[in-house]
Amino acid sequence: MTETVQPVIVGAGPAGIGAAERLVKAGLRPIVLDEGFRAGGQIYRRPLIDDGRSYRNRYGSEAKKAERLHRAFDRLVPSIDYRPETLVWNVADTDRGGHLDVLSRGIHREIAFTHLLLATGATDRVLPFPGWTRPGVYTLGAAQTALKAQGCTVGEKLVFMGSGPLLYLVAWQYMKAGASVEAVLDTGPLSSKAHLISLLPRAPRIIALGLFYGVQLKLAGVRILYGVRPEAIIGEERVDGIRFRVGDQIETLQCNALAYGFALRAETQLADLAGCRFRFDERDRAWLPERDALGRTSRPQVYVAGDGSGIAGADAAELAGELAALALIEDLGKAHGGDRARQLIAAHGRILRQRDILEKAFPFPRDWFETVPGTTMLCRCEEISISEARLAIETENISEVNRLKALSRVGMGRCQGRMCSAAAAEFLSGVRKVEPEAVGRLRAQAPVKPIPLTFGVTGEGEARS
Amino acid sequence: MMPQFIRRYRRDEEPVPFTLNGSPEIGRRGDTVMTAILSVSGGLRHTEFTGESRAGFCLIGACQDCLVTMPDSSRVRACTTALAPGMAFVTTGPQGLKGGCHD
Ligand SMILES: Cc1cc2nc3c(=O)[nH]c(=O)nc-3n(C[C@H](O)[C@H](O)[C@H](O)COP(=O)(O)OP(=O)(O)OC[C@H]3O[C@@H](n4cnc5c(N)ncnc54)[C@H](O)[C@@H]3O)c2cc1C
Repeated sequence: MTETVQPVIVGAGPAGIGAAERLVKAGLRPIVLDEGFRAGGQIYRRPLIDDGRSYRNRYGSEAKKAERLHRAFDRLVPSIDYRPETLVWNVADTDRGGHLDVLSRGIHREIAFTHLLLATGATDRVLPFPGWTRPGVYTLGAAQTALKAQGCTVGEKLVFMGSGPLLYLVAWQYMKAGASVEAVLDTGPLSSKAHLISLLPRAPRIIALGLFYGVQLKLAGVRILYGVRPEAIIGEERVDGIRFRVGDQIETLQCNALAYGFALRAETQLADLAGCRFRFDERDRAWLPERDALGRTSRPQVYVAGDGSGIAGADAAELAGELAALALIEDLGKAHGGDRARQLIAAHGRILRQRDILEKAFPFPRDWFETVPGTTMLCRCEEISISEARLAIETENISEVNRLKALSRVGMGRCQGRMCSAAAAEFLSGVRKVEPEAVGRLRAQAPVKPIPLTFGVTGEGEARS
Repeated sequence: MMPQFIRRYRRDEEPVPFTLNGSPEIGRRGDTVMTAILSVSGGLRHTEFTGESRAGFCLIGACQDCLVTMPDSSRVRACTTALAPGMAFVTTGPQGLKGGCHD
């Protein structure tokens, strides 16, 4: 046994950076691994090269925070072991320490850790509808990433659809960038927005920003419709438009791109491989790693922080990162300011309570599958339709998601269920007439993302589990 | 095919030549493979089973829908790969069938 302490942070978004800052202050030198080219994570994602845009232009209302976090990270780099372009694809041996299997610029390595802090963030949560696999249909986060990191819009004439604050934000950002925004189709009812009133005293800034985007879109003549359900994308090889239902009306809009999404889904695969216990979270409608107030999981010396441990946004992620670092420092037997931890826990709790309200104002469309035809693809990797999944469920009497995957291949493709597992769980629970919790949790498998087989195997494109 | 992406910034950035289905094309310094291809065309690949066209979906390396084939049959994830001068891509025809990851 060696005495050396080697904390490893996975993810250099707000949570990972917040954690690294605190660990460095405590005299530790964490290894920070991130798949991306540059640190910042999703919201504060940086372009490959500077393109002359200001922080204000790129990050809007969050410009100051983005700049502060980027600067903080750049200052940290000499004090940490930062490895960008490094995918962590497996966690092994986690009885107080273990190692990670990583792929870094084509080279496979093992990285040993004594303490593991997972800050892996989230991806868009999506649901299938006719045409969702068509070129020109993107997630809301994708549309934003194209603009933020590449200075492109994902089309010229767009419709935005879904539920969540990102819907209005991205539509507004596209309008500002010079794209033609045809409509914002909110799948939530207008009545749900009344919940925002109770958010006003607690988070006036969120309300002010939301109003600002909404009003500016309206003033520019953008239609905003509520309670929408898509019927189908029009166009065979590309997007020519969208047909949708609002009330008893069917309407058609022309566009050459659609961006949509329903808030986010946590990236929890590494926590699963690390052997952490999970619990079902009603707000996220997802299984999340169990954590204490500071971010300790059920496994000793494994911590989670940020959206990867439950969706709470960038501000919460930064606080949670620091909190998890404090837990780690405490577990090393070192003293840390207990006052600081209490402050962070209180601030984090306030944000989580705001999230409860936001979830009601931007509700998940629970009745989604009632109107989606069976020919629609449920799994976009393996190209399994809803009818095929239904047939498997009924003939094999399936009531659990891992069995659905094994018997229908839904979720078995390259994305490892990132794009379909939320939908598959909603669909299965709908067919079985139970709550999503009852259909269980899709188990993670290594490699958590496809990796090239460079050991001993030739001529293969990539490996999958 | 009509380009899917519209450049709003970096339009005059240093050109980066690449080849798409045998034809010379120009990307810009700072492009991902995805931006370069979709700024001049409308698709990245065809699927293994139904052969339908795809042009990426999540742009953050999660959906794996933007795998693009190179002439030697190797593939790159277009949204997270930086464009380099002289790269060549094949996005038409039944590519995606190669690669040995499907049974
Ligand atoms: C595409 C997208 C756009 C968004 N835009 C906004 C927005 O405009 N405004 C807003 O308020 N919120 C936005 N959000 C939400 C916001 O990004 C998050 O709330 C916030 O970034 C959470 O911070 P985090 O540190 O937990 O995770 P992230 O910022 O997501 O950082 C996680 C990091 O972990 C890395 N990572 C994950 N898995 C691995 C692995 N296996 N190996 C190596 N590295 C890994 C990722 O590369 C990433 O850099 C967006 C989310 C997404 C997905």
